[in-house]
Amino acid sequence: MRLLMKGNEAVMHGAIAAGCRAFFGYPITPASEIAEMASLLLPDVGGVFIPAESEIAAIQMLFGASSAGVRAMTASSGPGISLMQEGISYMAGALLPGVIVDVQRAGPGLGNLGVEQGDYHQVVKAGGHGCYKTPVFAPNSVQEMCDLTIHAFDVADRYRTPVMVLADGALGQMMEPVTITTSAAPEPEKPWAVTGTAQTRQNLITSILLEHEKQEMHITGLERTYAEIEKNEVRWEEVRTEDAEILIVAFGISSRIARAAVAMARAGGVRVGLLRPISLFPFPARRLRQLAGKVYAILVLELNNGQMVDDVRLHVAGITPVELMRRTGGMMPAAEEVAEALRKMEKECVGNQA
Amino acid sequence: MWEIKHSRSASFYDRFERKGGNTEITHYCPGCGHGVMQKLIAEAIDDFGIQDRAILVGPVGCSIFMYYYLDVGNISASHGRAPAVATGVKRARPEAVVFCYQGDGDLAAIGGNEILHAANRGESITVFFINNGIYGMTGGQMAPTTPLGQRTTTSPRGRSFEVEGPPMRMCELLATLDGPAYIERVALTNARQNMRARKAVRKALRNQVEGRGFSFVEILSPCPSGWKVPPEEANRWVEKYMVPVFPLQVFRDLDHSDRLPKGIDVSKGGGIPFAADPPVPAAEAPEGGSVARGTIGEEALTLSGFGGQGVLFAGMALAEGAMREGLEVTWIPSYGPEMRGGTAHCHLRLSRQPIASPWISRPTSLIAFNQPSIGKFAHAIQPGGLLLANASMVKEVPDRKDIRIVRIPSYEIASELGSAKSTNMVMLGAYLELTGAVDQESILAAFVEKGTRPGMLESNRRAIEAGRRAAVEAEQA
Repeated sequence: MRLLMKGNEAVMHGAIAAGCRAFFGYPITPASEIAEMASLLLPDVGGVFIPAESEIAAIQMLFGASSAGVRAMTASSGPGISLMQEGISYMAGALLPGVIVDVQRAGPGLGNLGVEQGDYHQVVKAGGHGCYKTPVFAPNSVQEMCDLTIHAFDVADRYRTPVMVLADGALGQMMEPVTITTSAAPEPEKPWAVTGTAQTRQNLITSILLEHEKQEMHITGLERTYAEIEKNEVRWEEVRTEDAEILIVAFGISSRIARAAVAMARAGGVRVGLLRPISLFPFPARRLRQLAGKVYAILVLELNNGQMVDDVRLHVAGITPVELMRRTGGMMPAAEEVAEALRKMEKECVGNQA
Repeated sequence: MWEIKHSRSASFYDRFERKGGNTEITHYCPGCGHGVMQKLIAEAIDDFGIQDRAILVGPVGCSIFMYYYLDVGNISASHGRAPAVATGVKRARPEAVVFCYQGDGDLAAIGGNEILHAANRGESITVFFINNGIYGMTGGQMAPTTPLGQRTTTSPRGRSFEVEGPPMRMCELLATLDGPAYIERVALTNARQNMRARKAVRKALRNQVEGRGFSFVEILSPCPSGWKVPPEEANRWVEKYMVPVFPLQVFRDLDHSDRLPKGIDVSKGGGIPFAADPPVPAAEAPEGGSVARGTIGEEALTLSGFGGQGVLFAGMALAEGAMREGLEVTWIPSYGPEMRGGTAHCHLRLSRQPIASPWISRPTSLIAFNQPSIGKFAHAIQPGGLLLANASMVKEVPDRKDIRIVRIPSYEIASELGSAKSTNMVMLGAYLELTGAVDQESILAAFVEKGTRPGMLESNRRAIEAGRRAAVEAEQA
């Protein structure tokens, strides 16, 4: 059955369906509804919600609940995610699963409450200290706010890693019909957790390894995990790429604008396709390279100063021209403008090489 | 009366295998207080029979390596955050006996906020606060608890009131809060005081076992290496320089038995989707369309007005109704820090196909609740589109022949119905009449499903229907 709800509400419905039983949060626009829903819904399923004193404390409470073997999460927006980076690094180092949702707003600093995707770097490139990464999933609909939150819990437990869901103010605040789904995988046993029992008494949750050799071994282990994640967890969506001469790459909410632009440009005879990375780490690099070999040019659409474009250029590796189209500060490109850019790109690139 | 113990506590590991190097001795310096304290804690754990249930949250500082020694569940926290981590652990596992063991830099400086709020929530945890007035592990820098006049590597001229401020007294600070159940300060200065410390340690742990809430024991403890004094003089140093600043006393001792926090009932975590539960069935739902009964194919509607006019709500109601007719729907609001009186608008797309962008730059329809909305959006209406204006507030409409312009005095109409707040429903009714986008019964069915009271439902129906009549009249005029 379909329910009309905000993306932020869908996150929490998904989390509870995934077996999340603890939420620690601090209010921030435009993410606050997630904490509000958590406080409303969790007690009814035997869970707990704590309004934390700061994002610094919230992420550490998540660290604690996760250490104790319970599925738990937190959510915030850019300024709060910045504060959580300390804890995310510790969780990665201590091999702790957990889900952190970033409902982005415009920055830097206090910025404003508008829709932006400026946290790509701090979320996808591991904004905390040290050698780690976190899997990142980027929804582009209210349905995916629910589905990818569930998926994030599964991935977090499977690889014992914090997982981030990278959304934005539009996805958090907009309403669409949602069907609440359930967890794909059963919650695994966690024999490593410290639960206050004889069986787990000798378990140790820590991220400190004083001996350099052991720290290097630990990082090598993390790298192996990330390689597994890159092998198994890549997700993307394609629209009209089968005969595309121009490719537009966009993630999250900007992919919705891109999708509208693709339809408009197609109506005008431009053969354009959309590649939408759903997992940002791992990045759909192989598919991007394949498509780059088939198209004349690539347009990257982002609501930031050009962050994902770095990854696109890295993987395209110069075989196809890559251009960036972006707005920042909460400003939004109209689909018509994007379609116009695609038309212009076709005129310049396809004409030249044909 | 006396029992002399020669054996090691069972809550210590026999050999410190996790330590590496010499597995027989600890890493603590001669004369350090940590050894004594940890022994007191281990013995209490033995005596209460809680070794399996005990979980130590050890933060950064010399105490971080307690997991080398204590054979209990161990979790390392980041600097200062142990009370937050312990909160997460205890709420997840209420049966566990969770304790933090924090130094003064950790607890009073970087972790000041976490300890304050864990104490104030009355978290059912135990905190041992080892106060030696210095950062020991990093080599003797000034801490918040360093006494005035003391020279450290970062207060080489001695701590002064004017530059660094006076030392912080954490027990006194926490004792201003209602949350804690037990707060006491003790000192490791001589055998007699050590026995007092022993008693405090046991009380603080027993409190948790018995569900009394947050317990906090501050222990003035020697750090000869940090202070640069010989080990044999360290205890005397505590007595001479610390005890006068930090008086030894019980600050709080409440006997609460109802403080155990409600933890997580993990047995309920069977993955049962909460939201998938069927909503409470509508008492008497009007007949709403389950298949789109409206006549619209693709609608891009902008609703705009002042905050408080019910603009967003009208859009939401339409979205709910459209969803019930099987249409694809997106509703996206403007949102900002203003709670009331600011501008408010939302974009609503209705479609029989999946919707790409939720934003609308060229609306097919605009419902303008106030004059500024005309200036902002009317120029963008697509040719052949609709401008529905609230004539009560919109005095000027654009001179466009290529769009349909309908003006409804919705405030007056709503007021006549006795409900000025229904302006938005009047506008919505007019819109439904003009576009046939959605059946009004689908919208009213949504209200019922959301638990709208019968009186309010009727009032909304009257407003919608009045809006429809007004639209017909306006078209005829």
